[in-house]
Amino acid sequence: MATTKEKTKITEQTRRILSRFSRKRGNLIPTLQKVQEELGYLPREAMLEVARFLDIPEIDVYGVVTFYNQFRLNPPGKHSIRVCLGTACHMKGGYITLDAWKRRLSIDRGQTTTDREFDLDTVACVGCCVMAPVTVVDDKPAGQVEPTKVDGILLSFERERKKRGKKKR
Amino acid sequence: MKATGLPGVAATFQKIKKHAQARWQELQKARAVIMVGSATCGRAAGALEVLRAFKNELKKHNLDCPVIEVGCMGHCYAEPIVIIAKPGYPSIVYQRVNPVIAQRLVREFILGDNPCLEFVLGALEENKLVPGLADFPRAQFEQKVILKNCGHIDPEDIDHYIASGGYSALVKALQLKPEQIINEVKKSGLRGRGGAGFATGEKWATCRHAPGKPRYVICNGDEGDPGAFMDRAILESDPHSVIEGMLIAGYAVGAGHGYIYVRAEYPLAVQRTRLALSQARKLNLLGKNILGGDFSFDIKLFQGSGAFVCGEETALIASLEGQAGTPSHRPPYPAVSGLEGKPTLINNVKTLAFIRHIVDKGAKWFTGIGTKNSPGTAVFALAGKVVNTGLTEVPMGTTLRQVIFDVGSGIPGGKPFKAVQIGGPSGGCLPESALDLPIDFDSLAKAGAMMGSGGMIVLDQDDCMVEIARYFLEFTQRESCGKCTFCRLGTKQMLEILSEFTRGKGKLKDLDTLTGLAEDIKAGSLCGLGRTAPNPVLTNLRYFRDEYEAHIREGRCPALMCQELIAYYIIPEKCELTCDACVGNCTVEAISSHPKKRYKIIDQEKCVKCGTCLTACPPQYNAIVKLSPPTEVPK
Repeated sequence: MATTKEKTKITEQTRRILSRFSRKRGNLIPTLQKVQEELGYLPREAMLEVARFLDIPEIDVYGVVTFYNQFRLNPPGKHSIRVCLGTACHMKGGYITLDAWKRRLSIDRGQTTTDREFDLDTVACVGCCVMAPVTVVDDKPAGQVEPTKVDGILLSFERERKKRGKKKR
Repeated sequence: MKATGLPGVAATFQKIKKHAQARWQELQKARAVIMVGSATCGRAAGALEVLRAFKNELKKHNLDCPVIEVGCMGHCYAEPIVIIAKPGYPSIVYQRVNPVIAQRLVREFILGDNPCLEFVLGALEENKLVPGLADFPRAQFEQKVILKNCGHIDPEDIDHYIASGGYSALVKALQLKPEQIINEVKKSGLRGRGGAGFATGEKWATCRHAPGKPRYVICNGDEGDPGAFMDRAILESDPHSVIEGMLIAGYAVGAGHGYIYVRAEYPLAVQRTRLALSQARKLNLLGKNILGGDFSFDIKLFQGSGAFVCGEETALIASLEGQAGTPSHRPPYPAVSGLEGKPTLINNVKTLAFIRHIVDKGAKWFTGIGTKNSPGTAVFALAGKVVNTGLTEVPMGTTLRQVIFDVGSGIPGGKPFKAVQIGGPSGGCLPESALDLPIDFDSLAKAGAMMGSGGMIVLDQDDCMVEIARYFLEFTQRESCGKCTFCRLGTKQMLEILSEFTRGKGKLKDLDTLTGLAEDIKAGSLCGLGRTAPNPVLTNLRYFRDEYEAHIREGRCPALMCQELIAYYIIPEKCELTCDACVGNCTVEAISSHPKKRYKIIDQEKCVKCGTCLTACPPQYNAIVKLSPPTEVPK
């Protein structure tokens, strides 16, 4: 659970973001998108603040947040892994790729690793059917991601982390 | 309505156009113009690295050549694509360019005079040096109307669009009466390209004559069908064509505001459309008193949030209003009562992209293409087991065989064709016998599929028809908004039955339950999602019943795809060689050597059936096979 201090911080951050919007019901989705863009997810306090700002019942905000796939209720990892499960990707083994990610990261879809390095999710189709199976790594679509490439991508992150570690010292 | 102040509008536009043309001509004077295809498909293949390589190499040689980002030409199989236009040469299209090739092209072609023919895909114009793209067999069948600009102009520069003839249809439209435009669209017989094929002109007329103000125009860019990417390509490659279509639509129905609704999964389309809107606004092609005339119209971009059902027009409107995207009952249709209860015209991206051409060239030209009841061209996204994956635009009435085998060059490795999936989760899989079907809205519906938005996934013998039906049901079940009981619970039941099939645990009588449920869901759902959700299962059962029976009776997956019904096996006779490719590649360390002999053995308990060993096994040994049912593996 977030401490009171953290909660106040989230509320303040949200207020600052909301100040750019007008208090119109139609703005609910754009405001939530903006809040998520800046905070990385939609904490309870942020949703409460949005409800107050637009003067609508809290349940309406929660209803919209849970209806759409884009919104997340838990903090993301440092790197986002989105496995495309569009038709072309599925037929070319996207489900096998998803299994490989799950196995390597030891998490299920919709979860974040305990060290907050990676979060894993699926996406309906990013429209790069030509490169199937696709995994979107940090907003960048990578093509032909099969189990061995999964290991390769993780290895490159690992190397980068080590390099950064060395620089710090 | 007073006649729009003319010839003021035309004169103002003439100035803008002159400026654009001058800039375009200036561009042609450069030593060479480099165009890098950087739509999402190109970027996934590494177009941005290529772009950077070109810029760095040019800088190194102190060359001042413009490097432009263009959209998608449709030849996605050959990405990253680069076009180099050098005076004295035809515009040459290079395929599968990487940073090293980019450096070579700068050194040898731009600095020197060697066009590096080994990397060439074709040329844009006819010439004596390189075969032109127009000479490709596929060009015989293709006819590019709304994809014409895609990949040839910079989508982030409005002047490119204007110089290529853009916005002149708007100027022409503004000199006509709104009724004249609606009549022309009616006469053209244009049918909505979102999937259902409703007559566009009728929709416009209904909206114009509906009481209530203000009116709205919405562009539906919520392309949710997995496997379809035509709208993405158009918004990324030629966003102004959609904006121009919306402006004309707005003028025709008497609207003052518009929204472009783009899916959240298309960040680049959002970015480029947003930029296009601000550029159009700057030139007063959008906003108050457009080009100094009486017509005012502005467009806002709205980003969807990842819900398939929002492609349904009433759900899309709910989403725009800040609600959960649940559809509502029609009638009243949005054209009468839509956004905020006002008359609202909703058209698909492609439909709107056609408008400028119809206004420009007339209804007669349009009806001259395609079939009687479905005039014009159709855009398809070809993916799956096909050689030339990508986008194509063909006249309606072209057969499926022509699209798959002539445009798409057939199936890789010469494997036999099994089926083509059209229309995504609302469509169906058509077998070989349907290949000679001329494609239009009506013929596809008759065959049990649907035009849908135009995604076409080619399947070969390695694709399991039960699994693909299960996949689509899983998709629609997850995306069902939950409003109608039949859709919410029925799809869940269907999914469970199909999942049992793929595990080899189904019963024959389940097949009847499945068809029964399908009919009920069709009858008892409010919107297109529910009404068409059973389609993939129904067409599959109609054409591929034997595969279902193999799963049920024998626990066997004929396509060797369903993971629980297959096992990987290394044939000892073929493997008696000291190669460790499979051992090294296995992701779960399930393969080891035989304790005494040299061949390898798969531990079936550990195996996760990812197939990596099968690809890793060198082709000269070819020792690994898939077996179904798993009991086939010798003890």
